[in-house]
Amino acid sequence: MSALARVAVPSLALARRTLRGALRRPQFLAPLVIMPTLFLAINTGGLHRTTDLPGFPKVDGFLDFQLAGAMTQSLLLGGVMQGIGAALEIEGGFFDRLVASPIPRVSIVLGRILAGTVIAAAQVLWFLVLGIVFGVTIHGGVPGALLVLSIGAVAGTGFAALGVLIALRARNASTVQGIFPLVFVVLFVSSAFFPRALLQSPASWFAEWNPLSYVADGMRDPIVGQVSATPVLEGLGAAALLVAAFVGLAVLALRGRLRTA
Amino acid sequence: MIASLRVVEALVRRALNEITRVPGAALPGVLAPTIFLVGLSGVFGEAARLPGFDATDFRTFIVPVGLLQGAAFTGAATGVNLARDIERGWFDRLMVCPAPRVTILIGIVASAALRALLPATFLLIVAFALGVDFPGVGALALDALLVMGLATSIAFYAVLVALRFKTQQAAPLMQTVGFMAVLFTTAYAPKDLLAGWMRAIATANPVTLVLDGVRQGFVAHVTWADTWPALLATGGLLLALGALAVRMLGRVGV
Repeated sequence: MSALARVAVPSLALARRTLRGALRRPQFLAPLVIMPTLFLAINTGGLHRTTDLPGFPKVDGFLDFQLAGAMTQSLLLGGVMQGIGAALEIEGGFFDRLVASPIPRVSIVLGRILAGTVIAAAQVLWFLVLGIVFGVTIHGGVPGALLVLSIGAVAGTGFAALGVLIALRARNASTVQGIFPLVFVVLFVSSAFFPRALLQSPASWFAEWNPLSYVADGMRDPIVGQVSATPVLEGLGAAALLVAAFVGLAVLALRGRLRTA
Repeated sequence: MIASLRVVEALVRRALNEITRVPGAALPGVLAPTIFLVGLSGVFGEAARLPGFDATDFRTFIVPVGLLQGAAFTGAATGVNLARDIERGWFDRLMVCPAPRVTILIGIVASAALRALLPATFLLIVAFALGVDFPGVGALALDALLVMGLATSIAFYAVLVALRFKTQQAAPLMQTVGFMAVLFTTAYAPKDLLAGWMRAIATANPVTLVLDGVRQGFVAHVTWADTWPALLATGGLLLALGALAVRMLGRVGV
C-alpha cells in the first residue's frame, strides 16, 4: 500500500463515520442552515432598499447579494460544529482509542476535516436551491453554480480544520462552543453582508485584509453577474489559503497533543 | 405572603449567584448584544442615508435592538438553566418543597428580569462611549422596565420549552425564538422601508411595539402615544406566556 493510500483509507473511513453520525442526529446539523437562513430573511426583509444606495453594486435584488453572506456564515458555523464534534471525541475517549490504533495519526484530523468538506458542499447547495426557489437567478449558470460550490467546499474545509485545531488546543466542547460569538465578529468585519465600499470604518479596513471578504465575494460573483476571473480566483485563493494554514496548524496541534498525552 | 417572597428571593439569589460563580457562562450573553451593535452599525451603517430613515445615525437606531436582544438572551438562559436543573434532579427536589408552584415560577423568571440589566448596562456604556446621545433618565427608566418585562416574558416561554423537553439540548429552540422575535420587527429599518412580507410580520409581532417604546427616547422624545402600546404589548406577553407556564408547571408530576 502506498503512503498516500495508507493515509487516505483510514481518513475516508473516519470521514464516513463522522458523516453517518451527523446524519443520525440531523437536529445538530439543522442549525447550520436554519440560523443563517433566518438571518438571510431578516437582512433581506429589513434592508432590501439599501440596493438604492449610491455605490451599491448592480444586483437584481438584495437577496442575490446576501446569499453569499449566508453561505459564509453557514460554513463558519459548520467549522464550529466540527470543532465541537472533535472535542466531544477527545472528552469521550474515542480520540485516545484512535491514537492507540494502527493508523497514521494524521488521519484522525483529516477524517473529520474531509467530513467538513462534504457538509460544506451540502450547505452551499442548500442556499443555492433556496435562492433559486425565492427568485434568485444564478447569472453564471451551471458553471457559475459549480464555482460557488467549489469555493464553498474549499472554504468549509478550512473552517472545519480551524474547528479541529481549536478542539485540539481546548480539549473540551464548551470552550469550542464559546467561540460562537466570534463567528459574528469575523463576519461583521468582512464584506460578507454588505459591499466593501459601503462599510464604515474600521470594519472597512478589516474587511480589506479579512480572507472571508474574498471567500464571500468569490461566491457572490457568479450569482450576481457573469463570472469574472478576479473575484473568483481571489475567492478560491483565499479559501485555499485557509485550508493550507488551518490544516497545517491542526496537524501541528495534533503532534503537540500527542507529545503531552 | 412573606414566606412566598422569601422563596422568590432565594431563587433569584441562587440565579444571580451563577453570574459571579460561573462568569464564563454569562459572558457570551453579556457580550453578544454589544458585538451585534458594533458589528451591525459598522456593516449596515450606510442604511441610515436612505430617504425615510427616522434616525440620522444607524448606531442610535440599532441600540434598542441590542437592548432587547440582551433581554431575549437572558430570558432564554433562564430556560436553559431550568433544563439543566431538571436533568440534574434539582428541580424534582424543588417540586416537593412546600411552596406554591406559582411562587417557584416567579422566583425562576424574576431572576431573568434582573439579569437582563447586565447586558443592557454594558451595551449602553459602550454605545454612549461610541457617541450615541443620552436619551434622558426618564427614557432609560422606561427602557429598563420594558427590557425587564421582555426578559421575563421570554423566560416564561423558555420555561415552557424546558418543562416540555426536559433537556438542555432544547436550548436552540429557546434562544432562536427569542432572537427572531426581536429581529422580525422594525429592527433594521423603519416600517415603511421594510419589504412587504417583513412589514406584515413586524406589524403582527407585538415585540415591534416594545421596540418602538424602547427606541423613542433614542431617536426623538418619549411620548405617551408610543409608550402605552409598548407597555400593553409587554403586559400582554407577560400575561399570555405566564399563564401558559403556570398551566404547564401545574401539570408537572401529576
